[in-house]
Amino acid sequence: MSISEGTLGELRSKGVEVRRIDKEYYEIFIGPQHPGSGHMRFRVKLDGDIIVDADPDIGYVHRTMEKLSEGREWLKITPLVERMTIIDACNITLPYINALEKLMDKRPSTRASYLRVLLCEMNRIASHLYGFGIFGVFIGHSTAYMWGFGDREVFVELSEILTGTRLTYTYHIPGGVRRDMPQDFPQMVRRAVRYMRSRMPEYEKIFLNNPVIVTRLKDVGVITKNRAAELGVVGPTLRGSGIRYDVRLAEPYEVYGEIDFEVPVFEDGDALARTWVRVEEIKQSLNIMEQAIDWLERHRDEPVIPKEDYDKLPKLHKEVYEKSGRVKLLPAQISMKVPPGKAVARGEAGRGEIFYYVESDGGTMPYRLRVVTPSARNAIVFKRILPGHRLMDLPTVYGSIDYFAPEADR
Amino acid sequence: MSLPELGEEIRVRLGVLAREVKVAKGFVEVVTGRETLREVAKTLKEMGFDHVKSVTAVDYPKEGKIRVTYHASSFLNEELSRFMVGLSVDLPRDKPVVETLYPIWNSVEFMEREVYEFFGVIFEGHPDLRPLLLAPDLAEKKVMRKDFVVREESIYEGVPHEYK
Repeated sequence: MSISEGTLGELRSKGVEVRRIDKEYYEIFIGPQHPGSGHMRFRVKLDGDIIVDADPDIGYVHRTMEKLSEGREWLKITPLVERMTIIDACNITLPYINALEKLMDKRPSTRASYLRVLLCEMNRIASHLYGFGIFGVFIGHSTAYMWGFGDREVFVELSEILTGTRLTYTYHIPGGVRRDMPQDFPQMVRRAVRYMRSRMPEYEKIFLNNPVIVTRLKDVGVITKNRAAELGVVGPTLRGSGIRYDVRLAEPYEVYGEIDFEVPVFEDGDALARTWVRVEEIKQSLNIMEQAIDWLERHRDEPVIPKEDYDKLPKLHKEVYEKSGRVKLLPAQISMKVPPGKAVARGEAGRGEIFYYVESDGGTMPYRLRVVTPSARNAIVFKRILPGHRLMDLPTVYGSIDYFAPEADR
Repeated sequence: MSLPELGEEIRVRLGVLAREVKVAKGFVEVVTGRETLREVAKTLKEMGFDHVKSVTAVDYPKEGKIRVTYHASSFLNEELSRFMVGLSVDLPRDKPVVETLYPIWNSVEFMEREVYEFFGVIFEGHPDLRPLLLAPDLAEKKVMRKDFVVREESIYEGVPHEYK
């Protein structure tokens, strides 16, 4: 029996919101209190248990980063934007500083560049392990969760020793970094690298080559090469679809041009391929970390800020730097004015490419700051790729693109 | 190829379609009119720019305009993937309406929705134009425009901090 239009009109006149739904479909809401990561909601339309339509409803943790940054001084924006993805803070803030350096026509010192690269790679590994752990718990593999979070702690602690804090470093300043590494840091890095290398085969054994996992991931959430380019997806999701694109390769920033590394690409485009990309990337990041720390050990005397900046420091600031390797900021740097203009910069964060557009009108704060994060660009996958899958594949697709809601919502 | 060379190539390719082609910091900026936007986008896509990284809107209340920029680049063409091109169009602030580029670049779908909710720019022909991140009542206020004033309480100075 169907309700007549007359009854519907009557209800509407009383102020009740009424709409007809497709009778043969079942509509369910997943989230926003998510069992895995972050806060987002899906509106999924089902025919039996086949998804016919999925609408990602994001924005539950939107924190108006772009508007807030229009009321912050240039340097105060770093601690603001890194809160988008605190687990990947170095990669997330670096392109902003790069864009700022472009506007100010400043180049970082080589030592600072190597320190940035080192921290970025530690972050990438930590971010991948975090994603790995979340993915594990999504599909009911609690060992991957425990291992991922446990091993991530190694790199979080390394970052703490380097920067003084576990997650939100605010490490970069235009032209340099805020702290030099401690004397015995190279040994710690090498030890962590050795440890993680020995762990990688274990991960492959328990997770990636596990027949139960393979059955769940193989041929699920397939994104073909052309489709990936058309949707503009980024990061491991893109490279898992056979596209060799990595910002570190396409437009090398910092010292990535001088470092020897490979960009792992897998052709299958399914959830398993995306997971393999992450595992292979961890191995590459370990190689990069070794090269960076070798260089840093050989060039201990170089300054972490440009020479001309160091010369301008007052006596007290110079003493602090000589003694503890810490760069004390000058009040003038906080209220600095940036020449008018616009600049864009991009970087490769753990989850993919991050884009910044910065416009200055010559003032102490940006006129406009636009940021597009990797998760924001990957969100479209849910809408375009999920239809046709079974409902049980939703967590697999979600986990395999490593979607992080606070990052996407900004 | 370098960025100025790419700028020159785009200038030759677009001809009269582009009002202005200039090399900015990190990208080539192409400014065009509302009527020619689609045609320019199509030409850029034919050149190999296959996806959009960001749809960026900037509000200029003094000039009475909103500038919408599509930052496009390439995944499939390794040579072009090193560069970005910013396709800009100026829209009047009181009636910011423009044709969507969704049929040319599918990747703009969510980003155009964002510009719609934050700036009130209407993309004609967009398949699903509704707020993405904001709640509908907040989206109506067009919060990213410069005339929306944010008031922040300050514990240090005791006076609220206001900015646009």
